[in-house]
Amino acid sequence: LALYFHIGEREEKCIIEDLPSDTLVFGNYKVQRWDIHKHDFLESAPGLGMYVTVSTPEGEVLLSKLYGSQGTFSFTSHLSGEHIICFQSNSTRLLAMAGSKLRIHLDIRVGEHFLDESAVQAKEKVDEVHVRLEHLIEQIQHVSKEQDYEREREEKFRKTSEETNSNILWWAIVQTLILISVGIWQIKSLRDFFIAKKLV
Amino acid sequence: MPPRGSRGPLPPLLLVAALAACVARASEITFELPDNAKQCFYEEIAQGTKCTLEFQVITGGHYDVDCRLEDPDGIVLYKEMKKQYDSFTFTASRNGTYKFCFSNEFSTFTHKTVYFDFQVGEDPPLFPSENRVTALTQMESACVSIHEALKSVIDYQTHFRLREAQGRSRAEDLNTRVAYWSVGEAIILLVVSIGQVFLLKSFFSDKRTTTTRVGS
Repeated sequence: LALYFHIGEREEKCIIEDLPSDTLVFGNYKVQRWDIHKHDFLESAPGLGMYVTVSTPEGEVLLSKLYGSQGTFSFTSHLSGEHIICFQSNSTRLLAMAGSKLRIHLDIRVGEHFLDESAVQAKEKVDEVHVRLEHLIEQIQHVSKEQDYEREREEKFRKTSEETNSNILWWAIVQTLILISVGIWQIKSLRDFFIAKKLV
Repeated sequence: MPPRGSRGPLPPLLLVAALAACVARASEITFELPDNAKQCFYEEIAQGTKCTLEFQVITGGHYDVDCRLEDPDGIVLYKEMKKQYDSFTFTASRNGTYKFCFSNEFSTFTHKTVYFDFQVGEDPPLFPSENRVTALTQMESACVSIHEALKSVIDYQTHFRLREAQGRSRAEDLNTRVAYWSVGEAIILLVVSIGQVFLLKSFFSDKRTTTTRVGS
């Protein structure tokens, strides 16, 4: 596992995945705990697990499970939008000791990035080209799904811009009307006042 | 059609695949960077590997972030302040853990959503040529060119999606600001105008009582 980063023991770290609908996501992680005595990250810490929570764009929870210190999770998005994947350790230490932190190795694969070498070996009897073609078809389907999602988002963008446009127009008219009517009321009110006070 | 080359024994293929899998990796992550925060990522890279780091700020404030890339010795390979988008390619000069950090420490209250794509090594060839007797067939070379084209399509799509998300974020900010400011201005207008009239009236009322007192 390649990329890693550090978080505090009780901290929750979330990453955002903007996905079209019906997209399969694979996640692979490994977590290590910092040992103060050895001044290094332990290779394995018994009892250390991670809560993995996946939320949909609507806020619903799609996946919420406790995995061990090393785990794989996957989910399929039903709606298109920003899905949030959160990691939090199950560490129950109330006061995290100074310098205590976790190292999380993470690998997230979305949609078509499934050039699985082991699958190619398994299907060695089948024509290699056939396997590659299947992979290409998967890639094209992913591209097509992203295009559909892009159309949805563009519509949302256009609606926002049109709303801003009509907001500006409507409020400009309202403010001008308020200005004129209040101005007229001011003059009338003052005129009546001065006449009443016999100053005019 | 040229005859298909005989396949070599299994282990070399596995070895090639294993090596290739080690070498080529791409991680892309979108995360939220709170204000006054710094987030660092680390990756172990072998010497001589060509790597590319690309990042873009999607939402938040002025859509900029500080980025810094260091090699295992702590030498800064790349450092840019308040950049909205950039792409940096380098070749690893030595083995070790490379570190790159995104910092939002200059911002007081805006969260930023940052996307980055860290590509390590080149992608393995679709049809490894180590145990191949003949050249690629037409089918295979067609596969290779389609694969390359699709990779660049997906790359463009990702960039377009990020730009669109950024544009939409700006549009939504603008919409909110226009709505609040218009209502606020209308209320201020009313309050100030009506207040002016009553204030003016109150000046004249006071003056009258003073003159009456002086007269008596």
